[in-house]
Amino acid sequence: MSASSYDLTHEHEYHAIRSAAGLIDISPLYKYRICGSDAETLADRVVTRDITKLAVGQVCYTPWCDSDGKVRDDGTLHRLADSDFRLTSAEPTLLWLHENAEGLKVEIKEETEQVGALALQGPRSLNILNEITDGALAELRYFHVMQTQIEGISVHISRTGYTGDLGYEIWVDASDAVPLWDTIFRNGVKHGLAPAGLLALDIVRVEAGLLLIDVDYMPAHRAVIESRKSSPFELGLGWTVSLDKRNYVGRTALREEQSRPTEWEFRGLEIDWLSLEDAYAEVDLPPQIPGMTLRESVPVYAEEEQVGYATSRSWSPTVKKYLALAHLQAKYAKIGTELKIEITVEHQRRTAIARVAKTPFFNPARKRATFDVVRTP
Amino acid sequence: MTTAREYDAIVIGGGHNGLVNAAYLGKAGLNTLVLERRHLVGGATVTEELFPGYKYSVASYVVSLLRPEIIRDLQLPRHGLEILPLESTITPLPNGDYLGRWADHDQTRRDLYRHSPKDAEAYDDFGTLMYQLAWAVKPILGMIPPNPISPSIRDLRTMLKLGGHLRNLTETQFHALFKLMTMSSADFLDEWFESEVLKATMSASGIIGTFLGPRSPGTAYVLLHHYLGEIDGAFRAWGFAKGGNGMVAESIASAARSHSVEIRTEAAVDHVLTRNGRAVGVVLESGEEIRAKTIISGLDPKLTFLKLLEPNDLPDDFLDSIRKYRIRGSSGKVNLSLSELPDFTCLPGVGPHLRGAISVSPSVEYLERAYDDAKYGAFSRRPYLDVVIPSMIDPGMAPAGRHVMSIFVQYAPFHLKGGWTDTQREAFGDTVIDTLAEYAPNLKDVILHRQVMTPLDLQEEMGLTEGNIFHGDLSLNQLFFFRPTTAWSQYRTPVRNFYQCGSGTHPGGGVCGAPGRHAALEILKDLKR
Repeated sequence: MSASSYDLTHEHEYHAIRSAAGLIDISPLYKYRICGSDAETLADRVVTRDITKLAVGQVCYTPWCDSDGKVRDDGTLHRLADSDFRLTSAEPTLLWLHENAEGLKVEIKEETEQVGALALQGPRSLNILNEITDGALAELRYFHVMQTQIEGISVHISRTGYTGDLGYEIWVDASDAVPLWDTIFRNGVKHGLAPAGLLALDIVRVEAGLLLIDVDYMPAHRAVIESRKSSPFELGLGWTVSLDKRNYVGRTALREEQSRPTEWEFRGLEIDWLSLEDAYAEVDLPPQIPGMTLRESVPVYAEEEQVGYATSRSWSPTVKKYLALAHLQAKYAKIGTELKIEITVEHQRRTAIARVAKTPFFNPARKRATFDVVRTP
Repeated sequence: MTTAREYDAIVIGGGHNGLVNAAYLGKAGLNTLVLERRHLVGGATVTEELFPGYKYSVASYVVSLLRPEIIRDLQLPRHGLEILPLESTITPLPNGDYLGRWADHDQTRRDLYRHSPKDAEAYDDFGTLMYQLAWAVKPILGMIPPNPISPSIRDLRTMLKLGGHLRNLTETQFHALFKLMTMSSADFLDEWFESEVLKATMSASGIIGTFLGPRSPGTAYVLLHHYLGEIDGAFRAWGFAKGGNGMVAESIASAARSHSVEIRTEAAVDHVLTRNGRAVGVVLESGEEIRAKTIISGLDPKLTFLKLLEPNDLPDDFLDSIRKYRIRGSSGKVNLSLSELPDFTCLPGVGPHLRGAISVSPSVEYLERAYDDAKYGAFSRRPYLDVVIPSMIDPGMAPAGRHVMSIFVQYAPFHLKGGWTDTQREAFGDTVIDTLAEYAPNLKDVILHRQVMTPLDLQEEMGLTEGNIFHGDLSLNQLFFFRPTTAWSQYRTPVRNFYQCGSGTHPGGGVCGAPGRHAALEILKDLKR
């Protein structure tokens, strides 16, 4: 379990991520290592993206589906060597990997407890790491991974994260995880580094338009009723679905689904400030804004008809907007469509105008930028 | 000697189903009398203070399927029913390890992971499927079974409804349901899990109260019953009744009295009086005769039809089916007073594990061998035990600092080779204590009192034929519209005005109450009330 916040409030932690750097313990992620001559075959068989195109040293974000093409989980797949992959997931996935490895020459090893993981995220993250690794880190491109050392500690560093910002995730032997945290801190304090917990992370991931399992979707194998399941297309992850690659779990269903119009889309919503102000003005109050991401699903309407539901809502201190991530019926999901979202004003249900918006809401150039030289702070 | 007053209804047997039945009849305005043979009501659902300060749930010891609608309709919490959670199950192992399943999902996962990383995941997948199946099957518990041979309009409607429920199942779910109906629990669990201790502990719930082993076909179905309790678990109907299981019966009795039901204890019924194929009253063992317009038996089918009535009262084919009705005793009970808590080698000291169930079921083979002994007429040399320490949950069950322990034991065949004698009873008790002491070595030193109930004792004291705790095996051939027999599964009997409301009717055994309630609803329908 990770901390909700390291301070009594998470506000400073949020701003550290966006304006300096935050260090987040992501060790609770499930981690699996897939090795052996059929490692690529297995990886390619379970996820929706084409892994044969994933080069050594590359990382991809991908969902994976059940045989009905409904999303079980999503995570990152790292190609550490030709036949050596690391898969991270939110849900335990060992059994499922084994079930799909029948007859393959692979070794699947769970390394959840053996590997610690720290996410160093924010504009200063590169400066901090540069000082404690050799300069090659500057050349590490977005969604790539390298092996290196941090003051003598052997680590993998991937340029990945859940913040939509410049940032790195550091994978380390569990026994070195605490010294690593201390090392990064010693060097990070002068850059404004702060430890950050899940409350801060929950805001930045909404700004980045990144979905959260169990909040924005339910894993297919945990859903007791069909309507709780979602396909990648319904989660805005159509871009991760390769329909032409070798057969994989869910391909038949996904091909079939792709051939007809999608019923549901997953979209951003920007809640109209003036309409929020009006609703509160009726009771002589200024708008009340949540200080953290709200995870209760609320209805979204077109006129009087419910056409969707928002699963995450957050005020963004950076873009200065009240944002939401919502499941919308496809015909109401066009960018710019004006809808209404339920709000509660002084114990009464009202609605405020919400416009369908493109995600990420916040997408700084530094996220994907290439750095040729070591920047000095 | 005839009691002058004529009642609207007499319920024979003050077990929990008889009481539920009487309470519903009383609530509908019927002048109702309950006749109980013993000095207290409850049947097998009793709390008795056999030793001063130590209260035993002598027979049944947990509440699992008590119907939420009964709790609501009879306002049982107002009448003293309080159900406290039994949150965990640990299975100690001979090697000093254990398997724990806890209220916290992640803690359970970590515990399972130690035994098998794959099982830790499969357990959740299994849970999801069983939840779906339990949801599909649950309405059956609340149905009056239709007569499939010569269905009435209502029966056809029920069957359609049933079909509708099952139609909502996916292909995979339907296949799984079929497997549950036909397979042994061990085989079914083999499809899901690899860890022996997990499979054994789960399959144990499939054999409780039956004369079957984990490898006997048909036992998988009972696994589903466990999950039915979990669905109701959302309403917290699963656990331990404060004051012992007797409080379940006491609260229902109190509700019944509030509806003017009269309850007489130490009033054993000798037989039912019939005139021209109609029941008209009962005769007590004392010779007292009491008349009523409707008579209901809460006893098991054997006693109801073979003891309370004359063979002449019943059609031959019906009598034949009742004689063939399987009601085999397979379990016993040991209740202990303890000066101190047991100290388990696997989890030394006092801890949350003592507030839950402790299951001695280290492997499927262990359970099957326990059954082998019983098959050939012996009690298990190393029996399956389901242990709870009620005083850990409700301190009122024992003097402060002292404890009571309830041990459900299987197998103990009713037909023991050589018969049950006092010597055999004590030998059985010793075997149980020896078995548990292998996991909690201090046990023998802390026992203050011990009560051993053999199947014969359950028959003689509780009125359970052969000591069968469910009023008849819960096997598919004796469930739903087969319970207790095809033509008479709707609480009526071949004798007019004579009804049955015990666990030998749908949906069967356990402290559930549904048979009592369903029977009352059918009676009221016949009376057009």
